[in-house]
Amino acid sequence: MSSSTEWPLWEVFVRSRRGLSHTHAGSLHAPDAEMALRNARDLYTRRNEGVSIWVVPSAEITASSPDEKDSFFEPAGDKPYRHPTFYDIPEGVKHL
Amino acid sequence: MTSAAVPPAPVTPASPDTGTASPTAGPPALHAAALALGDDALVLSHRLGEWAGHAPVLEEEVALANIALDLLGQARVLLSLVGDEDELAYLREERAFRNLQLVEQPNGDFARTIARQLYFSVYQNLLYGHLATTDSPLAPLAAKAVKEVAYHQDHAEQWTLRLGDGTAESHERMQRGLDALWRFTGEMFQPVPGLDLDWQAMREQWTARVTEVIEKATLGVPEGPQSGAWAAGAGREGLHTESFGRMLAEMQHLHRSHPGASW
Amino acid sequence: MATAHQPPSTAPHHTAAGAADTAALESAFDAAVAADERIEPRDWMPDAYRSTLVRQMAQHAHSEIIGMQPEANWITRAPSLRRKAILMAKVQDEAGHGLYLYSAAETLGASRDDLLDKLHSGRQKYSSIFNYPTLTWADVGAIGWLVDGAAITNQVPLCRCSYGPYARAMVRVCKEESFHQRQGYELLLALSRGTPAQHAMAQDAVDRWWWPSLMMFGPPDAESSHSEQSMTWKIKRHSNDELRQRFVDICVPQAESLGLTLPDPDLRWNEERGHHDFGAIDWTEFWSVLKGNGPCNEQRITQRRRAHEEGAWVREAAAAYATKNSERKEATA
Repeated sequence: MSSSTEWPLWEVFVRSRRGLSHTHAGSLHAPDAEMALRNARDLYTRRNEGVSIWVVPSAEITASSPDEKDSFFEPAGDKPYRHPTFYDIPEGVKHL
Repeated sequence: MTSAAVPPAPVTPASPDTGTASPTAGPPALHAAALALGDDALVLSHRLGEWAGHAPVLEEEVALANIALDLLGQARVLLSLVGDEDELAYLREERAFRNLQLVEQPNGDFARTIARQLYFSVYQNLLYGHLATTDSPLAPLAAKAVKEVAYHQDHAEQWTLRLGDGTAESHERMQRGLDALWRFTGEMFQPVPGLDLDWQAMREQWTARVTEVIEKATLGVPEGPQSGAWAAGAGREGLHTESFGRMLAEMQHLHRSHPGASW
Repeated sequence: MATAHQPPSTAPHHTAAGAADTAALESAFDAAVAADERIEPRDWMPDAYRSTLVRQMAQHAHSEIIGMQPEANWITRAPSLRRKAILMAKVQDEAGHGLYLYSAAETLGASRDDLLDKLHSGRQKYSSIFNYPTLTWADVGAIGWLVDGAAITNQVPLCRCSYGPYARAMVRVCKEESFHQRQGYELLLALSRGTPAQHAMAQDAVDRWWWPSLMMFGPPDAESSHSEQSMTWKIKRHSNDELRQRFVDICVPQAESLGLTLPDPDLRWNEERGHHDFGAIDWTEFWSVLKGNGPCNEQRITQRRRAHEEGAWVREAAAAYATKNSERKEATA
């Protein structure tokens, strides 16, 4: 019916307080970026949930494919030496 | 409601604060000012509340309700300075209300609602902005409200731009909305007793801002007079337009049907 | 390359050589669900799982949007400014919840406009409860206490639904809705303890809303068409009858504290079962309302459709402005 005028979809990221990073909150429709920001403020921070908002056109997000999951993420799974718990330190050694 | 089972005697238009005075009441001029600003916020909030379930897009349901809630919050604080908020809202007759005629105008289409929002929010933002810098007892309230009102103004301006510079139809509707409400704008600069502000300067600032937005939106600033055949300031003196009586009838009927009841 | 909302590739699924792949994908999907892992938008999923979810999320969103109407009916008549503010905030939340849920449905490639078209043309339904009228102020309280109470009973398990975006939307909805039920209860309590006329108003509202609220859990398990598959997929975690029983057990003591009665002569505690027994639900009424013969079906859809149609020029204007503006920006760049 009115699909020709359907407003584009935007992804909304909200910083809930200073010191934290922006986190994906959801999406919404808006005709342009200015309105997307305002709609996001009205919809996703009604209860004081945010101090800063990003909006990104959903179409502009490039996502990794679940089909490539193995080649993307598994190689990182066998490198335990990247994690501090990999190393044995004698008891009593401090500040390490 | 805090008070007795018997509603107060109807308030006469000449003295809006008799019969509803509370122990916290201040001097009459402050009352008159709080009542005028409180009634503006109360009535506009009610009109915006009528949009619930009818907005042109879901995102706008949320936006309009936010503005209505801000205004209702302001109204409650202001009316409570004068007396019991519910007695004042629900038990005064039409002629005792001190709001501008502008805010009681029916919603019309979305363009007319936006025109009303534009005219009023620019005014309210200036008024509260100036009031916040005075030593008025209302200054702290104004300082808090001005942040809300700045957002209302932004909302109205964004929509004025989009409707004015959108399609041929939206352009025409927006122009019609601006024209239809223009004659209610002169009243805004009628000095309100108890508010020591430079009303003439406010009028100039208001005109400059509204002109800028209207022109940017490719629309024309209305050319007619800024007040009707009645003297400007009629609403502040308790003279309202016909639709206001029906609005109050709807708003007050339940409360008045149960005298003295608590809700 | 794919965007976050693009439906996942279904290629392996449709090629002859892909039959074995599909079986592998399906068993991986089943294993993930069984292990209580979340399914995310671009994961492979069976077509039926996808369509069940889109339908359910859409109907849930529609219910929030239509559900604004019976309560908005009282915003302009709320009897105190405090109640008016609460009611406005609540109706606004419902619009917000509708938006969260439409956006969850959009993660599966559905478009909101398309879903709204389906609502407006009657091809998708919303909760039948909103086809009952709000006749008095007390109905606002009864909706909060009973209708929102039933909705919360239904929704809390959905926070653990296997589909990630739906579960996350429900976490947000449930968090926000906790005030809805409490305000309804408080509203009824004020009426119940108020004047005799107010008390009678409250009792009348509870009498009218009790049975329709019990119907909100859907038909009895034996007759529920989608239940079993949805349970396996962990879209649904408890049966209709189980949730209905839980709701009745919660409401009985709450009604007592309210000083109101529930309109069911057969309602009594069953020591043996450890639950309340309750009377037979009139399923003829349920099916009849569902088929469009409720007191407000016509009115609700007409208002929704009118708001949408009358808003078309506004949406078009904003879209036209956005196009012009980006062209202007390009021209000056």
